[in-house]
Amino acid sequence: MANVKFDRKNFEKDIGKLDSEMQERIALFGTPVENVSEDTLELEIFPNRPDLLSYQNFKKSFAAFLGEKSGLRTYSIGKPEKNYEVIIDSSVKDVRPYTACAIVKGLKLDNMKIKEIIELQEKLHVTVGRDRKKLAIGIYPLDKIVLPIYYKAVEPDKIKFQPLDYPKEMSGLEILQKHPTGKEFAHLLAGKMKFPIFSDSEGNILSMPPIINSERTGRVTEETKDLFIECSGFSFDVLEKCLSIIVASFAEMGGRVYQMKVKDNVTPSFKTDKMDLSLEKTNKILGLDLGKKELKKLVEKMGHSYSADGKVEISPWRMDILHEIDLIEDVAIAYGYNNFEPIIPAISTTSKEYKNDTIKRKISDILTGLGLLELSNYHLTKKQDQFERMGIPEKEESGFVELSGSKTDYNIMRKDLSHYLLKIISENSDSEYPQKVFESGKVFFAGKDESITEEDHAGAAVGPGNYTDLKQILDYLFHNLGLEFEVREQEITSPFFVEGRSAEITLDGEKIGFIGEIHPRILKNWKIKMPVSIFEINLERLYGKF
Amino acid sequence: MRKLIESLSINEKKILPYLEEKNLSEICKKSNLDKVTVLRALEYLSNKKIIELETERKKVVDVGVNGALYRRKGLPERRLLLLLNEKRIIPLKDAEKESGLSSDEFKVSLGVLKNKAFIEIKNGKVILSASKEEISKKSLEEVFLESLPADEDSLTPEQQFSLKNLMKRKDIVEVEERKKFLIKVTSLGREIMSAKDVSKELIEQITPDLLKKEQNWKNKKFRRYDVTVPLPRINGGKRHFVNQAIDYGRRIWMDMGFEEMAGDIIQPSFWVFDALFTAQDHPVREMQDTFFLGRKHELPDKKLVDAVRTSHEKGVSGSKGWGYEWDPEEAKKMVLRTHTTCLSARTLAGLKKEDLPKKYFAIGKCFRNETVDWSHGFEFNQSEGIVVAPDLNFRHLLGYLKQFFNKMGFEKIRFTPAYFPYTEPSVEIHWWHPEKKVWLELGGAGMFRPEVVVTLLGVDVPVLAWGPGFDRILMDYYQVKDLRELYKNDINQLRKMKSWVKV
Repeated sequence: MANVKFDRKNFEKDIGKLDSEMQERIALFGTPVENVSEDTLELEIFPNRPDLLSYQNFKKSFAAFLGEKSGLRTYSIGKPEKNYEVIIDSSVKDVRPYTACAIVKGLKLDNMKIKEIIELQEKLHVTVGRDRKKLAIGIYPLDKIVLPIYYKAVEPDKIKFQPLDYPKEMSGLEILQKHPTGKEFAHLLAGKMKFPIFSDSEGNILSMPPIINSERTGRVTEETKDLFIECSGFSFDVLEKCLSIIVASFAEMGGRVYQMKVKDNVTPSFKTDKMDLSLEKTNKILGLDLGKKELKKLVEKMGHSYSADGKVEISPWRMDILHEIDLIEDVAIAYGYNNFEPIIPAISTTSKEYKNDTIKRKISDILTGLGLLELSNYHLTKKQDQFERMGIPEKEESGFVELSGSKTDYNIMRKDLSHYLLKIISENSDSEYPQKVFESGKVFFAGKDESITEEDHAGAAVGPGNYTDLKQILDYLFHNLGLEFEVREQEITSPFFVEGRSAEITLDGEKIGFIGEIHPRILKNWKIKMPVSIFEINLERLYGKF
Repeated sequence: MRKLIESLSINEKKILPYLEEKNLSEICKKSNLDKVTVLRALEYLSNKKIIELETERKKVVDVGVNGALYRRKGLPERRLLLLLNEKRIIPLKDAEKESGLSSDEFKVSLGVLKNKAFIEIKNGKVILSASKEEISKKSLEEVFLESLPADEDSLTPEQQFSLKNLMKRKDIVEVEERKKFLIKVTSLGREIMSAKDVSKELIEQITPDLLKKEQNWKNKKFRRYDVTVPLPRINGGKRHFVNQAIDYGRRIWMDMGFEEMAGDIIQPSFWVFDALFTAQDHPVREMQDTFFLGRKHELPDKKLVDAVRTSHEKGVSGSKGWGYEWDPEEAKKMVLRTHTTCLSARTLAGLKKEDLPKKYFAIGKCFRNETVDWSHGFEFNQSEGIVVAPDLNFRHLLGYLKQFFNKMGFEKIRFTPAYFPYTEPSVEIHWWHPEKKVWLELGGAGMFRPEVVVTLLGVDVPVLAWGPGFDRILMDYYQVKDLRELYKNDINQLRKMKSWVKV
């Protein structure tokens, strides 16, 4: 998700007053208004529309949506002049194979525009570029460069230049090890024998993509009038589209765009794709009854053109039109989501609740009838709560599903409900007793192989409560379910129970759970000052009975 | 007046004659009731405006456990002094033994007497140096102890000094905050006290004994209750409030003929992402956002896997696809499901064209690797649904959503464009919060892209799909401002929380 902040005064001058009606229109354009202040308008731009990340492009696209200058937006582009060329060496093939480049002349930049460009560059890096992995953009003052440009890959120790924001010259490897930006993005060149560089025809290094520009040629200032722009990455198509987003912004700022020769291509090409858009399909999908004229108008509001033969010419910077359905959504947006009348279709089907949920709900009804309070705990838990506090020695901590990289101290999936029931009684020592609680839900087991098992369990705890109290609840529950269970003394007492006061619960001779009095040692672990007894049963076998 | 008299309980009647006694203990003594009972009766009488009951909080100094003992037997230093008065000089050891004091008491006593210069200790012997007069005179502490209880505020300087000294010793005196009750009989009270029929017998509790014989109750009066008196809260068993709402949500979908989907929380990436046309380099597929388990799960049958591969690499049904090399190993990685939409994907893959039309829903837990704050958590519920039928359109999608949210209590809602990798067109649902006067996001929905439908179902049929988060839409009803409260399981809160009632 990317948010952009536009200057409110500019917006009001270019588009109109930013009242609640205007905010509604902005939201209906598909760019939710995140915040409006005296000076700024903050919008969320969805990842499928990087072309709206710059104010210049947003302004034009939104105006078209409102009905002003709709249709395909075009810019005049100068053909490549002498030396407007980027010579690509085959050595980049294994590192960062593609580039798309342009020259823009005659700009009058001020601080605000420079800031806008830097922000666009950064947002594109983060979104389309996936943090510069798929796309890195470099913008350079042309007067410091001697054309043509060379794009090649060189051994890291042979690269020597002064990177931006650093007092002295460094080698390629030093940049990755010592420069703050170098360290941040070092992983993108990790393991590469050669690093890519752009240099000019006098051998001056302009940059080492996707890491950093050189101090000498990497700074655009208010004095800069002419620019060289490059995008590098792994998909020529993506680079071309991003380049067109950038140069369109410069063109809106009053710059003259010139193409460059890049290997066998000329960029930016502003190449438009054509796609069929069926009127019939559009109406069918959207539930509308549009005529051809209306469709044309709506398509044009979204910045495309529509020809009589049903073909749409898609604006060159749109990266999200993969299928006719994407154009149909554009038509829906232009039509206005607020203008669709919601209806429920007459489709007859029979409802069906998932069987296990019905039984689980019945169990909850029975237990709440006995005055038990239902809990709802996380499926994630803390390893210490699951094992150590329950008296399970470290060497017996097994069969649990671990979560690596959890941002909290909840680091495994729960293996039972019992430890959570005790945890809740422990945390609620200020609530009136008796405390009678239960929960039903999933628990997780990891097999020795890669397998994982999920089971529905139900468990109850009562404090103060003894074995009899819990056994009576269990009796009542099974009786109401019309099932018969048996208990037999645990052969090996669970580490959290008092020996001789715990039992296995069985159904048709198969073990489905346990019941017992919690040992004072465990109560002490949880700082519980009340006698507590619990039971926990696996519901999976029980489900089979219905 | 008659009603009032009939409403007097036995205990109230018992204390009625003694209301003008000076203090509480006097009333207790005369009525032969304990203090708690008398206080409760006074409270009721006050409610009935028969008396005015005022309470004064006071700090009272009284004797402690040891103090009470010493009051009878004398302070330890007195007992030691008496021994010394007899012996004059005595070895320390013998003094301790013969005084009958515990070693603590003995030590303290020595200190006290030394401070007063009543004794000297030389060569392990205690020597008396106090005069006869000094010995016979009661110490300040002794006088003070006898005077207790006393109000802390009204102590003389000597008493304060004694209090300070005795407080240093164990359980001799204690300062307690006590309530003092001032009873004033109102004019109504006086009238009732002098009324004739006050003593007339009324039936109190209706007991099985009383019911045994008709003459026990026939033609007799029942004591009137104050039916408005507030009572202590009792606690019952109930469903967790989130589950109450979930059950309601399920009923909404079932009322509309939807079938419930179920499935595992732990799923291979294949169903959570790949089958839903989410490119393998999409940010949601990083550890930063999703819980990965470091385990892999075998992929489903080859035909389906190949179809998914094609949809990503080259596209299907006229789509361009994402244009990258799809890696089956990435799809095998097991994750905690980030959305219940994986259930919809699995359901769709299991359907045949002949089964249509179909409507499915699920409400279940989803997981994101997040830190926890008031608006985020690593677990949340999602309300999922799909409708699969040949003649569906975008307006039908909006129709189902509007119906669901209206039933959940959201009156004014709007739809705006949105983006999800697996739906097109996509919508976001917003709710106009009538008090906050802002649009709040309720969730997302859309129609499954052909890349999803054709791949999983085999044919291009419209599929309406939605998956709004469920937890946030409960917060307003339950007046919960912090998402963490939903799964905190604070027993007090659970007991007090109102039930989910929507019609």
